[in-house]
Amino acid sequence: MGRYILERLIGGIITVWFIATATFFAMHAVPGDPLMNEKAATPEIRANLARQYGLDRPLAEQYLLFLSNMAKGDFGISFTQQNRRVNDIIKDHFPVSALLGVLAITIAAAGGVVWGAITALYRNRLPDIIIMSLVILCISVPSFVFAALGQLALVGLNQWFGVSVLPVAGWGTLAHMLMPALVLGLGTMALLTRLMRSSMLDVINEDYVRTAKAKGLSKTRIFTHHQLRNAILPVVTVLGPQVAAITTGGFVVEMIFAIPGLGRYFVQAVQQLDYTVIMGTTVFYGAFLVLMVIVVDILYGFIDPRVRLR
Amino acid sequence: MSLDHTNSLDFSWAQHRADRERIARPSLSYWQDAWQRLKQNKRALISLYLVLALGVFTLIGPLLWTIDPSQQDLNQISQAPALAKTAVLVEDRSSWVVPIDQNHPEVPLGYPDTLDPVGELQTEGDPTIHYVRLTWRPVVDAGGYAIYRNTSAPEGLVNLGLPLATLNGGNLVGFEDRLNLKSEPYYYSIVTTDGYDEFEAVSTIIVTPRQSIKRSEAIDRGLVSADSAEIGGEVTLSFHPFGTDYLGRDMLARLMEGARVSLFIGLVAPLIYVFIGIIYGGFAGYFGGHLDQVLMRFADFVVALPFLLFMILFKIAFGIGPGENGIFPMLLALILLLWPATARLVRGQVLQIREQGYIEAARLLGASPSYIIFRHILPNTVGVILVTLTFAVPSAIFTEAFLSFIGMGVAPPTPSWGSMCNEGVKTMLSHPHELFFPALFISITVLAFNLLGDGLSEALDSKMRARG
Repeated sequence: MGRYILERLIGGIITVWFIATATFFAMHAVPGDPLMNEKAATPEIRANLARQYGLDRPLAEQYLLFLSNMAKGDFGISFTQQNRRVNDIIKDHFPVSALLGVLAITIAAAGGVVWGAITALYRNRLPDIIIMSLVILCISVPSFVFAALGQLALVGLNQWFGVSVLPVAGWGTLAHMLMPALVLGLGTMALLTRLMRSSMLDVINEDYVRTAKAKGLSKTRIFTHHQLRNAILPVVTVLGPQVAAITTGGFVVEMIFAIPGLGRYFVQAVQQLDYTVIMGTTVFYGAFLVLMVIVVDILYGFIDPRVRLR
Repeated sequence: MSLDHTNSLDFSWAQHRADRERIARPSLSYWQDAWQRLKQNKRALISLYLVLALGVFTLIGPLLWTIDPSQQDLNQISQAPALAKTAVLVEDRSSWVVPIDQNHPEVPLGYPDTLDPVGELQTEGDPTIHYVRLTWRPVVDAGGYAIYRNTSAPEGLVNLGLPLATLNGGNLVGFEDRLNLKSEPYYYSIVTTDGYDEFEAVSTIIVTPRQSIKRSEAIDRGLVSADSAEIGGEVTLSFHPFGTDYLGRDMLARLMEGARVSLFIGLVAPLIYVFIGIIYGGFAGYFGGHLDQVLMRFADFVVALPFLLFMILFKIAFGIGPGENGIFPMLLALILLLWPATARLVRGQVLQIREQGYIEAARLLGASPSYIIFRHILPNTVGVILVTLTFAVPSAIFTEAFLSFIGMGVAPPTPSWGSMCNEGVKTMLSHPHELFFPALFISITVLAFNLLGDGLSEALDSKMRARG
């Protein structure tokens, strides 16, 4: 197990290096240069700024400098907000995104497992048909439409009650987080419901289920101890990649609900061409996602011992 | 024993029949069989028709609905879907002069303590959205009048609304409102003043202006011919079955134009990257060994790139020049990031098929590797590839919509369904149709391709085939 984790971590570090390299060269392929804005009024100021950011050195040297800074965990200083380090930006805004993401994935996973199990148990009957139609709807409607509708629903709710039951936008309390997390988790929940349904249907007629029935176990016990536990495994595997979908899907939700998360900050940085922030956040997100996939894989090894043997 | 007795026996000689070996049912190729099974799947069939309908909408629609998607109909901005509306023709420039009551003094003679509200407040001529003309009877001792307009009913002197004008002269008995009128009820209130201060004397009238259009504009647009254009006459405005957007552009025409952009990206990007994936995965799988290791390692790296971040990053890296619509950079970014998924899938398939007997046989007969790959291996993976392609279309459409929504996609004024949603979401409370229609089209397209993909994967699945 230790060797397996070590191998995965080394592979992860190489992947992060690849992400950093791709980011660096993609950003340097951008037409124009970062100092094209109004701050660089005269050639002298331009030259000074270029030196300050190390832009006057050869590309190879810049690349090595970038890599060594990255290895030290230093992402540099923002281009548009002088005196603000990219590390501080990430430190300030990532926890918000992470909290929203965790909440969303919790809602999605819990909902997906429950709905999926229900549809499998009531296969081809009314609950199954209703839930699966909703699932198809959730997969087909873009997340930003759900975000807009969610906000609209909050406005309607508050109007109906005459008081502010749930805040429409902003961040701070759990009440602020509920609707954005629900909207963010909806797509993933639909996907997990589908997956859970099919894996539950595979499990539902297994021999050990029949044996358990023959032994006289109660229906609920068969469900919780024999069917659910085995059916849940494939759901855990896709959780890793789904974390990626949720964190990046957070952009739109953060924009619409005015949540001060890293996703919104990234979109802002892209619009302002804030190079260091773009590079820093991309590499940071990349590393985070690689780590999440590894963590989920290792967790999977604990849940399903058969994987560890391989 | 003689053969003559044959007829009396229980058995008879079989007649020689030419069709003895005939196969009772027509033989079905793989594709015929798959097609038959697809036809039985009602959901898949409906989605196939939906996809075809979308194709017709995109390709033939603009031939039938020839309205220019960038033309602005300024008379009908943010118009909800409705039947064609009529409008009154009005003169190009209002030639109305404020009426003056000659029998009434301009300045009051003394300083009045109280003043009466104006009487006989009425509109002159038809009120239209180009002008509302009010006249009234002057008030004794009044030194002027203040005119207010509101969209809700005022209560006495409270909630009078927008102050439009203050007339300084007790003999001025009319006012023409040309300020940003819409075809909805307005409450006009006239407060009597002594020339300096407003008194507690107000008259209110409800006016609903009619939709109107300037004569020269109507002739320019071809709504009416120059000879028959009479002031006060009625013309039929351009018809917008799906309404108009915030710049007065026809939604249906824009949806068709947007469909071209969205479906072009949604279809072409998957076609190209699936093709690249097939070649890449096919060779990696067929040759195996170190080549496979290296190629797949690289594919793994590309898969690990955070997709949306790199979509945005590549989009800026490729840049959009002035006057370009940004479709090509998006296409390129999609292709660069998404080919590895197909490559992995095809490689897995090839690894399985490679071990089959008929490949061995082909190799023994001296077939070249490329012949084996293109003639024997790839045709056997077509089913899986087709299913991947069907599922790739909705995800490409989603990506396009998402990027255009956050303003990183197709550059305006080129419409795409995503950018139309982006514009629509800003006015979603007051004009929901601007968000509803593009969102509906995205959803229907994605739904149709998803269901079609489900149906195809069932129809092409060889396990299902064996089950019959």
